[in-house]
Amino acid sequence: MNAHQIREQFPILKQHVNGHPLVYLDSAATSQKPSSVIQAVTDYYEGYNANVHRGVHTLGSKATDAYEGARDKVAQFINAEFSSQIIFTRGATSAINLVASSYGVSVCGPGDEIVLTPMEHHSNLIPWQQLAKKTGATLKYIPLQDDGTIDLKDVEATITDQTKIVAMVYVSNVLGTINPMEQVAEIAHRHGAKLVVDGSQSTPHIAVDVQQLDCDFYALSGHKMCGPTGIGVLYGKKDLLEQMEPIEFGGEMIDHVDLFDSTWKELPWKFEGGTPLIAEAVGLSAAIDFLNDIGMDAIHQHEMQLAHYAMEKMTKMDGIEIYGPKTERSGLITFNLADVHPHDLATVVDAYGIAIRAGHHCCQPLMRWLNVSSTARASFYMYNTEDDVDRLIEGLVKAKEYFSDAIG
Amino acid sequence: MLLDDLYRRVIMDHYKNPRNRGTLDHDVITINLNNPTCGDRITLQMQIEDGVIQSAKFDGEGCSISISSASMMTDAVKGKTVKEALEIADRFSKMMQGELQEFEYEDIEALSGVNKFPARIKCATLAWNAMKKGTTNSTSS
Repeated sequence: MNAHQIREQFPILKQHVNGHPLVYLDSAATSQKPSSVIQAVTDYYEGYNANVHRGVHTLGSKATDAYEGARDKVAQFINAEFSSQIIFTRGATSAINLVASSYGVSVCGPGDEIVLTPMEHHSNLIPWQQLAKKTGATLKYIPLQDDGTIDLKDVEATITDQTKIVAMVYVSNVLGTINPMEQVAEIAHRHGAKLVVDGSQSTPHIAVDVQQLDCDFYALSGHKMCGPTGIGVLYGKKDLLEQMEPIEFGGEMIDHVDLFDSTWKELPWKFEGGTPLIAEAVGLSAAIDFLNDIGMDAIHQHEMQLAHYAMEKMTKMDGIEIYGPKTERSGLITFNLADVHPHDLATVVDAYGIAIRAGHHCCQPLMRWLNVSSTARASFYMYNTEDDVDRLIEGLVKAKEYFSDAIG
Repeated sequence: MLLDDLYRRVIMDHYKNPRNRGTLDHDVITINLNNPTCGDRITLQMQIEDGVIQSAKFDGEGCSISISSASMMTDAVKGKTVKEALEIADRFSKMMQGELQEFEYEDIEALSGVNKFPARIKCATLAWNAMKKGTTNSTSS
């Protein structure tokens, strides 16, 4: 793949920020959108905006076909067996909350365990905390190794026959750790527990096969994979989704409504109350086409090369600390530079047109494990180039100089 | 350049050598505040007697802007009545919104550049919000 050609398809990347060509290194927070995605959403609103699954007019049929076509597209993309296993949600957060509030509430009680890791994003942590409080279940954590990975021996030791749910991030948004999901699924299933995978950082960057992972639930976020904001997906095993009760009630999700009782539609619509995210689904579908055209393996390889290139240069800098495993990681680098607080660092490099993330990355418990209050993070995608990495390194050097001069 | 508007020498001086950093050991008001979007946190302690802030100390973690602002704030409110301190805080808040360019304390005026960096205003106001919270608690009790 040619990143220079690919970035031409991203209108936003052509601008200057603070007088410098934009270098966007915050794709782990949200990715940019190619013209094809923006155009697909515009085409929908200009050409066939209509509500879905109702009415008989032509635009309504076109919109329904596009919306359900997007569902088929997602199913193929993550290799789900059936399209009905794909539930559109507001995002990965909503998807995980749906599992916790519906499946979780129905299976958890006092004495049951929910197993997590300390590297979870708040979106895959707080729903389980709330579930534990509500049901009397106990939260347990698989400890992290010094390099930010988990040891399968610890997974074995933490998951027991009392464990009902194991919830784990596939790829860490801070450490870049890629967790051994297939093995975790095998251990969880041996104890009768279900595995919920937070796929927010994996789906945009590596080829995902939910059947091979054998996970029970998988949540993904559309806006991190070149799609629009406001859409995510919950994938679930069919028997589990079928036994689950909806958590939102209203139009669109009903089969028959009486004054005192109602019944639900079949999967997946029973979970999609209200007018769904039609434009967003259309945009996500176009994003998947875009990713497929490049190829997920090519995207992953490109990011690995960039991360390797950046890592080589960054490790040579004085006073830099890089967090997470050194190998077998995703295309993002979380770090701190001595004497420059991450917010100051992000402000200084922003003055040179470079967008990086600073803060706790929605991972406060992980920050405490790293013994820092915040970190800086540069994250790469298919539109980033070695030039971007060079600009970042220059920016970091300038920040260091600026602060050593200013502090004196 | 614009960065120099933000990181003025006096700010860097407060960052490197924060005034009033530490803890008070007598009967005091303690306020813990954090900035949930970035992880910065401050513990502010104040000794208030007869409506006057006798002493103020802070501790915590933060960037150059939040630490220097805490340093300057504690310096400014020491010896002031709660009413005076809240008036200073009110003017500081106006300066952050760009409604006020001049400030009666030269050091604090150096923070006026933060106004051009909207993402950093929360860093500058953290310590002031802690002070407001602490004095409100003291008057209501």
